[in-house]
Amino acid sequence: MSSVHALAGVGAEGATSVVGATGAFNATWLLLALPLAGAAVLLLGGRRTDRTGHLIGTLAAAASFVFGLVLFFTLHGRSSSGREVSSNLFTWLPVNGLKVNVGLLFDPLSSVFVLLITGVGTLIHIYSIGYMAHDPGRRRFFAYMNLFLASMLLLVLANDFLVTFVGWEMVGLSSYLLIKFWEYKPAAATAANKAFYVNRVGDVGFLIAIMLMFATVGTTSFTGVFNAVAQHAIGYGTLTAIALTLLLGAASKSGQFPLQTWLPDAMEGPTPISALIHAATMVTAGVYLIARSNPIFTGSQAARTVVLIVAAITILLGCVIGCAYDDIKKVLAYSTVSQIGYMFLAVGLGPAGYALGILHLLAHGFFKAGLFLGAGSVIHGMDDEQDARRFGGLWRFMPVTWVTFGLGYLAIIGFPGLSGFFTKDKIIEAAFDKGGTSGWILGCVALLGAGLTAFYMSRIFLLTFHGERRWSDSGPDAKHPHESPTVMTAPMIVLAFGSVFAGGLLVLGGSLQHWLTPSIGRSAEVGAHTINPAVLTVLTLVVAAGGFAGAYLRYQLRPVAAVAPADSEVSPVTVAARHDLFLNAFNEAVLMRPGQYLTRFLVWSEAVGIDGVVRGIAAGVGGLSGRMRRAQTGFVRTYALSMLTGSVLLVGALLLVKAS
Amino acid sequence: MSTVPWLTILLIVPTVGSLVVGLLPRARAELAKRLALTVAVAELVLAVLMAVSFHDSRPGFQFSQHYNWIKAFGISYSVGVDGIALALILLSVVLVPVVVLSSWHEADEADRNVPVFFALILSLETFMIGTFAATDVFLFYVFFEAMLIPVYFLIGSYGPTGEQAQRSYTAVKFLIYNLVGGLVMLAAVIGLYVVSAQNLRHGTFDFAQLRQLNITPGVQKLLFAGFFLAFAIKAPLWPFHTWLPDAGAQSPTGGAVLLVGVLDKVGTFGLIRYCIPLFPKATTWFAPLVLAMAVVGIFYGALLAIGQRDMKRLVAYTSLAHFGFIALGTFALTSQAGTGAVLYMINHGLSTGLLFIVVGFMVSRRESRDISAYGGMAKVTPVLAGVFLIAGLSSLSLPGLNSFPSEFLVLVGTFTRYRALAIVATAGIVLAAIYILYLYQRTMTGPLAEGIRAGVGDLSVREKVVVAPVVALIIALGIYPKPMIDMIRPAVTSTFADIGHSDPAPTSPAAAPQGVHK
Repeated sequence: MSSVHALAGVGAEGATSVVGATGAFNATWLLLALPLAGAAVLLLGGRRTDRTGHLIGTLAAAASFVFGLVLFFTLHGRSSSGREVSSNLFTWLPVNGLKVNVGLLFDPLSSVFVLLITGVGTLIHIYSIGYMAHDPGRRRFFAYMNLFLASMLLLVLANDFLVTFVGWEMVGLSSYLLIKFWEYKPAAATAANKAFYVNRVGDVGFLIAIMLMFATVGTTSFTGVFNAVAQHAIGYGTLTAIALTLLLGAASKSGQFPLQTWLPDAMEGPTPISALIHAATMVTAGVYLIARSNPIFTGSQAARTVVLIVAAITILLGCVIGCAYDDIKKVLAYSTVSQIGYMFLAVGLGPAGYALGILHLLAHGFFKAGLFLGAGSVIHGMDDEQDARRFGGLWRFMPVTWVTFGLGYLAIIGFPGLSGFFTKDKIIEAAFDKGGTSGWILGCVALLGAGLTAFYMSRIFLLTFHGERRWSDSGPDAKHPHESPTVMTAPMIVLAFGSVFAGGLLVLGGSLQHWLTPSIGRSAEVGAHTINPAVLTVLTLVVAAGGFAGAYLRYQLRPVAAVAPADSEVSPVTVAARHDLFLNAFNEAVLMRPGQYLTRFLVWSEAVGIDGVVRGIAAGVGGLSGRMRRAQTGFVRTYALSMLTGSVLLVGALLLVKAS
Repeated sequence: MSTVPWLTILLIVPTVGSLVVGLLPRARAELAKRLALTVAVAELVLAVLMAVSFHDSRPGFQFSQHYNWIKAFGISYSVGVDGIALALILLSVVLVPVVVLSSWHEADEADRNVPVFFALILSLETFMIGTFAATDVFLFYVFFEAMLIPVYFLIGSYGPTGEQAQRSYTAVKFLIYNLVGGLVMLAAVIGLYVVSAQNLRHGTFDFAQLRQLNITPGVQKLLFAGFFLAFAIKAPLWPFHTWLPDAGAQSPTGGAVLLVGVLDKVGTFGLIRYCIPLFPKATTWFAPLVLAMAVVGIFYGALLAIGQRDMKRLVAYTSLAHFGFIALGTFALTSQAGTGAVLYMINHGLSTGLLFIVVGFMVSRRESRDISAYGGMAKVTPVLAGVFLIAGLSSLSLPGLNSFPSEFLVLVGTFTRYRALAIVATAGIVLAAIYILYLYQRTMTGPLAEGIRAGVGDLSVREKVVVAPVVALIIALGIYPKPMIDMIRPAVTSTFADIGHSDPAPTSPAAAPQGVHK
């Protein structure tokens, strides 16, 4: 069942060695198999499992988490040179020179992901027992969540790029199924399709990267590819091409510019899904991919520069749009876009930042999941209302939600001592430390982002929990806000603890960075700081405090209208932000409309063109119908046009063949 | 060496079954159905037994038989299979029982002859297996042309009710198109015979001997063109495809499954079995043109599928895109792409077959092929919607399902030789997502469309039995395609190696890491 790959002397990263699985690691596959079995039982069991489905699903997730803990501590007990454990399951695609095996790699990097996925996953399963209690499709919901867990675990555990890609697509499927969970709502069905389409654009990139790997070094396995990189067997141009195509995939999955448009729409899915898939785990897969492919990105300065540019744009874009929305979930969604931008910024810095990206990813997993669950609790208590302008003063009615959401909020804006304070500060610091003009630009962007984050998060927090009540408990639109049941609040409390402590625990003493060293190499030594870290911390706090003050002045001390002011009454920036900076409109105008016209033209030309020629010949040769012939000759110009179109297509394709 | 004449048995069983079923009186419809199903299942069992005794690693044809037929012209009854032919025979024998059971009530309208309908399907099975098993070019040609007859009647007599004029138009169009292709091929077959007569001093149609011929490049090009045209119409490849959407829409469901799922594969099979090994020089010369046609087909088929209003036409156009991938993989002339192309033929038969079947289920509930007549079906028929989605995801090559390994192999195998082409073809996967999921969105999601009764039934037990084996294969071949790959790979590899095409080596392979053992 297992094979041993021992890599001798993988250059710059120090000697790393992958060892064969022994003992408990022989059963690493159980991590995926448990939730997969859960999904299978729930989907095939049909209505018979309606009553117990949520329990089976939650149990499968919890079992996987417990086993993940066992493996984690077993790994922890090993010396750091034996912490990359590979187990080979079966041969998947063997065609002569190409040999793809399905195998799992349990190493420090995948181990923290396993714990994040199954841990947060289990909490959200528990929460969903309450959240989906009255939904007739609850069993199906848990089945899809189990399917997601299995897929996500395959994504982070695979030891071959092509198998990673399988997990990558399976999480995309789970995401699609769950976004359109309420598919009788047209908006949900549309959002699910959009998510799939945009991710397919990224898939093209990922696939091209994999094909480049095979064509260049004859393998797609991690060890094979990284070994070749370490031996400098791949030229700089090819390495950069691989990195950039991987980045295309990563950007689509993680909602990074310019492929971020699907993520806010994905909020059409049930809120637990927004917490699990579209905040804590799946959307961070892009960060995982870059961190996992660290030898490739380390080897290409050019590619990392592109990562940094994408990250910087995304941070600001997410923040600016997040300031304009009133829908609590949309704000959190753009916040996710922007926070993943920070993670991309970190991993784009190369060896100095890989660990920081993972660090922020884990902390974000806790506080963003907690924020979403809190938002879900509010939405639940307010009869499915999501518009924060119709909330207000809710702290009195849902105290647990208020406190847990509040702690997540403080964590994300970087309140001293809480998770975000440690993890985001580190990224800002590393950005400045990059040095040069680019370092200053990136640092300032990150700093500005921190201020904007404090503003929009304070805004949504104050609008929801504080200030005037902008709802009524009588009349036709009466609301009766109430705290959620324990089955929902308990996971929120656990995540709140994580929001408070995770960052500090992971950062202090460099514990996570040290742990991750076998997977992503030692963090680059900190040289001279561009700005003294203490000064920078104070500066960051001041900027964040400014953001808070702005929100406090505007949304706490002044009355807030229950209906958003019309576009004509707000600034052009706000209008643009409300319309997602017109990026959706741009996509529609540049991609969708021309595509529609092309499709219509081809359908028309096919009917009267190619097929018309055939019918014309048939009519002409047979001399069957004068009427038909007359009708056909009227289309001579159309034939000509369609023949011309065909010829152009063919010549174009031929040129491609020649170019290859 | 096995002494059981497996292939002859496989040809006789459906032939006899077809005759017996066809001669039953019209009133014995129920008996005809049961008998047809029994024959189809028996054929499946026999074929599986044969496949078990097939040796993957042995090169050349297995289960071969050779009897002189018309000795004066060197025509023989010669049959035998390599891994490619065996895989396609397995596809055929899997789909026929599925089709029989899914067509249970297809011919139930008062004026239709039920026994003849099922007899036509069984006779089609004989001809399909015959084209894959023949190792005599003339025998192949006979089966190739014979297939047209049952299809012609299936469309003309058993197509959608109430569309009489459209049906006969389509049936004639199908026949003329394919007859033209067949005639050109006949000319090429005769030309081949003449060349063999000059070369060997005795004319022959035996494939093994024809392979050894040394044909001048000019003649190769002419003969290649003759065969290619017939196969390009049969498959069909862009721009010879315009009969396909009509035929797909106007066939009864079972007919459409066999037509697009298996029959069209005779075209793609012919490319790799006859065009490439018989005319190696012409293959190299024509390859750029075929590759270009393939890539155009991928995009043309996908865009037209997106623009369709008729569900069956939509599925037919998706097939045009898939045949583009198959042709791409075949003419990239690498073992990965070629193996992927043959695997693609199998997987496309399963996924498109299932799509046609599910669309048939929908049409039987709503009496319309118009996409706009549907909406919100998932709410009332969740199992139907789920199976539809699995078929669709298979069609768009979602990893984890059967089509992905084949599509990836085609792309990666093409990439090692034609990078730009492979990159462009890869972009086609975006369009695949659109044509499938947009169809799903319009038919299954949103509010329930008017005209769909709230009480419309979900899949019946019979319908579940029909789809279950196909769904199981779609999942199993996605997770573990190795048995099929092992069956196909040696034949593909030797086909390309025999004409001097070996796989491009990695451009800069790393030195093997020390201490790797497997």
